[in-house]
Amino acid sequence: MGAPYRRRHARRRQAEAAMLAPVNWVEERSGLVGGIRYFLFRNVPSDISWAQTLGSAALTAFIVQAVTGVILAMYYKPDPDKAYESIQFITNELTWGWLVRGMHRWGASVFIILLFLHMGRVFLFGAYKYPRELNWLIGVGLLALGMLEGFTGYLLPWDQTSYWATVVGINIQASGPFVGPFLANVLRGGAEIGSETLARFYAIHMLLIPGGLIGLIGLHLYLVMRLGVTSPPWSRKAAGRKRDPEAETRRQGLVEPRSRRGWRSGR
Amino acid sequence: MAGQDEGPAGETPGSGQTHSLPGATFLPFGFAIGVALILIGVVVSWPVFWIGCAVAVLFGLLWVADVVRGGRLPAPRPRPAHDDDDGERFGRDKFLEMSTLGIGALIGGAVTAPVVGFAIAPTFIGQGDDDVDLGPIENYPEGEFRVVTFMSKPEQGQVSTRTVFIRNNGFADGTPSFTIISNRCVHLGCPTQPGGPTSADEAVEVETSSGTVRLIPTLPASFVCPCHGGSYDIEGNRTAGPPVRALDRYTFKIADGNLVLGERYSVGTVEGTGASARIAAYDVYDPGQHVDGPTQWMYPLTPNMGR
Repeated sequence: MGAPYRRRHARRRQAEAAMLAPVNWVEERSGLVGGIRYFLFRNVPSDISWAQTLGSAALTAFIVQAVTGVILAMYYKPDPDKAYESIQFITNELTWGWLVRGMHRWGASVFIILLFLHMGRVFLFGAYKYPRELNWLIGVGLLALGMLEGFTGYLLPWDQTSYWATVVGINIQASGPFVGPFLANVLRGGAEIGSETLARFYAIHMLLIPGGLIGLIGLHLYLVMRLGVTSPPWSRKAAGRKRDPEAETRRQGLVEPRSRRGWRSGR
Repeated sequence: MAGQDEGPAGETPGSGQTHSLPGATFLPFGFAIGVALILIGVVVSWPVFWIGCAVAVLFGLLWVADVVRGGRLPAPRPRPAHDDDDGERFGRDKFLEMSTLGIGALIGGAVTAPVVGFAIAPTFIGQGDDDVDLGPIENYPEGEFRVVTFMSKPEQGQVSTRTVFIRNNGFADGTPSFTIISNRCVHLGCPTQPGGPTSADEAVEVETSSGTVRLIPTLPASFVCPCHGGSYDIEGNRTAGPPVRALDRYTFKIADGNLVLGERYSVGTVEGTGASARIAAYDVYDPGQHVDGPTQWMYPLTPNMGR
């Protein structure tokens, strides 16, 4: 009874060691595995809920957009004479083209909606407060870039809707005081929406803004890792490091009603 | 708040938690009110604008002074001695550090300047309108409007398709007169439509040196925009809705008996009609931009001036 078990046990350990060997090889030379473990298996307050997953959901939506966008770029032609036909080809002729384009198209809305929900959660939970103000600002940058992605991507199907929506959108910008006319010209690639505009929007949509988004997402996650996840405002448990008691007293009126101070006295 | 600014000079690093939050102050509100007055003043009246400027500057300065003097900014922490700093720093060391940074900045600038220039400059250069041949003037009967569709830049293809409303006004002082109104709404650039019967089945297509030109007879009582309800009379003056000026017009000339479209220009208002109309003409502006009234100063310089 004991011998077969021991044999099986030994074999399992052998198999585990064989599987882990490459991982250990990488870890020994880079420390990357430990870094990823540190990032993925952080401690979070015990009373968080699904609401705190909205940021990860938005990140997932962004990854879906990036992957489907790269694949769409293999078939899309940013030329005024060919753009519409290439979209029709992707949608109607290519195997699963309708699916990948649909994921990119509807995923765009999902991404923006998740950004707003995530922002609303952070606002309502007060998670933007000290020391996380900088991460809120980075998040505002992410929201702005996400909206710009929506604006530039909308032109690419190059049909009547997207053309006139872009005309109106650029002219809204052009009517902004002082800098509006300049920005509109730069965005259009000239005085009128023409053949330059489509290629320009394509480059902005797939190269310029995604680069900025990826950089800001990196910063955003770094700060989440560094500062940790906030407890909900109704939490009785303290999150994160101990703070300066004097600053704590000063902040009391903002963070929670003074009458609840007793709750936290046991800390 | 007074106790906050005692610097951690004598304390050990780490114990002096100096992140301090600004206490309550009304100065930012004063500043915000000033900015609001500026914005209101730009639209409503200049005195309000200047009062807003004064209020904003006053409260802004007070705010800055308060922040600086009142110790609302955290005191800078004493810089911990660097590990590799424990020895004396030699001049050559510093020189190498600075020259590495300097050369890096130089290389960065040398790469960035042409790239940014390449992305931006071409959008402002050579943006003029080309002349467009719209066919023989016999196709434009006196006193009638035609909806005329053409390509403003034939080498660019369909995307340069433009539409204008043309009316032959007959002769004024012996020279031919045409009213040529751009169909682009000056609210946000949607295509306006003639408010009246349009006979698409009587369309005429004329082959000219600028490609195919399509003429559709119409009897407009107005021009109306489908997007946000902007309305214009048949001289292009705004009559209702959000547009900020009259519809843009084009210059023209007659060459070999053909009507040739010139450059687009923006219009404040038009008084009178037809050949005797008095047109307040401006350089071409984008839709939504004011050309007259106090709000014109929000668009002091538009790109492509003088094209």
